[in-house]
Amino acid sequence: MGKRTVIPFGPQHPVLPEPIHLDLVLEDETVVEAIPRIGYIHRGLEKLVEKKDFMQYTYVAERICGICSFMHGMGYCMTIESIMNVEIPERAKFLRTIWAELSRMHSHTLWLGLLADAFGFESLFMHSWKIREQILDIFEETTGGRVIFSVCDVGGVRKDINAETLTKIVGILNNVEKELKELTDVFLNDSSVKSRTKGVGVLTKEQAYDLGAAGPMARASGVEADMRCQGYAAYDKLEFKPIIETAGDSYARTSVRIGEIFQSIDLIRQCVELIPEGDIKVKVTGNPSGEYFTRIEQPRGEVVYYAKANGSKFLDRLRVRTPTFANVPALLETLKGCDLADVPILVLTIDPCISCTER
Amino acid sequence: MGLHTIQLIETKELLSETLRLKSDGYRIVAISATGLSGGATELSYSFDKNYDLVSLRFIANAEDEISSISLIYSPAFIYENEIKELFGVNIVNITLDYNNNFYTIPVETPFKKAGEE
Repeated sequence: MGKRTVIPFGPQHPVLPEPIHLDLVLEDETVVEAIPRIGYIHRGLEKLVEKKDFMQYTYVAERICGICSFMHGMGYCMTIESIMNVEIPERAKFLRTIWAELSRMHSHTLWLGLLADAFGFESLFMHSWKIREQILDIFEETTGGRVIFSVCDVGGVRKDINAETLTKIVGILNNVEKELKELTDVFLNDSSVKSRTKGVGVLTKEQAYDLGAAGPMARASGVEADMRCQGYAAYDKLEFKPIIETAGDSYARTSVRIGEIFQSIDLIRQCVELIPEGDIKVKVTGNPSGEYFTRIEQPRGEVVYYAKANGSKFLDRLRVRTPTFANVPALLETLKGCDLADVPILVLTIDPCISCTER
Repeated sequence: MGLHTIQLIETKELLSETLRLKSDGYRIVAISATGLSGGATELSYSFDKNYDLVSLRFIANAEDEISSISLIYSPAFIYENEIKELFGVNIVNITLDYNNNFYTIPVETPFKKAGEE
């Protein structure tokens, strides 16, 4: 055994958009152990259910994360609707699915840009985010907001998308698809990019399962877990199969996310074809009483909402288990045995969201 | 939608029931806590297999010592440290115990119900 050195990584680091700290224990240039420390941006948002009533809390839920904002709002609303036995209109389910898949595209293209930035490919980073802008423009046109847009509500959605705009969205996505094909070819086929991702940070299927990994992190290791298979929102009406890779390395995680961007375009096209006419919201009366666990598939993976209500307008408890929180143990496993130079790439390949993690 | 079962257990059954789920091929999903009056905490340990969710549930009283399941499910350490620090649940033998320094927060056990103990 060589001499061991401990190097602090983060909480401020060029590759980290948000603060997380890792104590990296090294032997020469090889990481033998990593110990995480979080808590730099703990906001106690779960505690706010004691101050904001269950309707107002939708706005707080959307602020758990700036990237999965819509998904957090949707997951929270679904949980309350389940407790109150509220059946939302079919059209609202399709609209939620469209915005959810656009959110996945926006999150994954953002992540592609961050990955490119991490291995120093600046033009690739800019191209990724240029494509992402078109998704944000769709958000702005359909909701009025680009990141946090508050269209989800308990009982349905607040805004409709007319047929003309839906057709326009499909047209935009057709162009985005072509641009993405060109962009993602670089991530998947460029030798310099592959040299940073192929065979780096391998997580086996057994490890991913045992460590409770979620989302693309698990699916890139061959674990077939995608909460959309449960058929919430309009997913039960759509043709859908999870994107799975088996190599379990950083390349596989990139490949899964790229596959999911194209899959999202396909799902949105299906939604536009199948969306029925009708109301977008039902009136919700009374207060929730009971408890419910909801699981949905965010861009970063499975998120769990647990709400316990006592019949008053304030919940007893809201618990949100975010995908990054679940992926931390898997990250620590992939870091063992890696080169120090690969740590930033490995941290990024779980697509960490510390804002979600700490809530 | 997958099934969700809440299984009520005694505190002393936690390790044996967790071991049974591990042997049955369940993966850990989350450990959730809800503060109750009198300083007690309701704990739910949730596990998944093929989209079916099983939650082991029991109430931990303020003076109870709860055994960590991190030797059975290693990722449990992250959930247990969170619950220990935010709710003040006395979870022992966590494989990586931060001793209430997991989150960098100035308030002790902020999620424990106010006016207790």
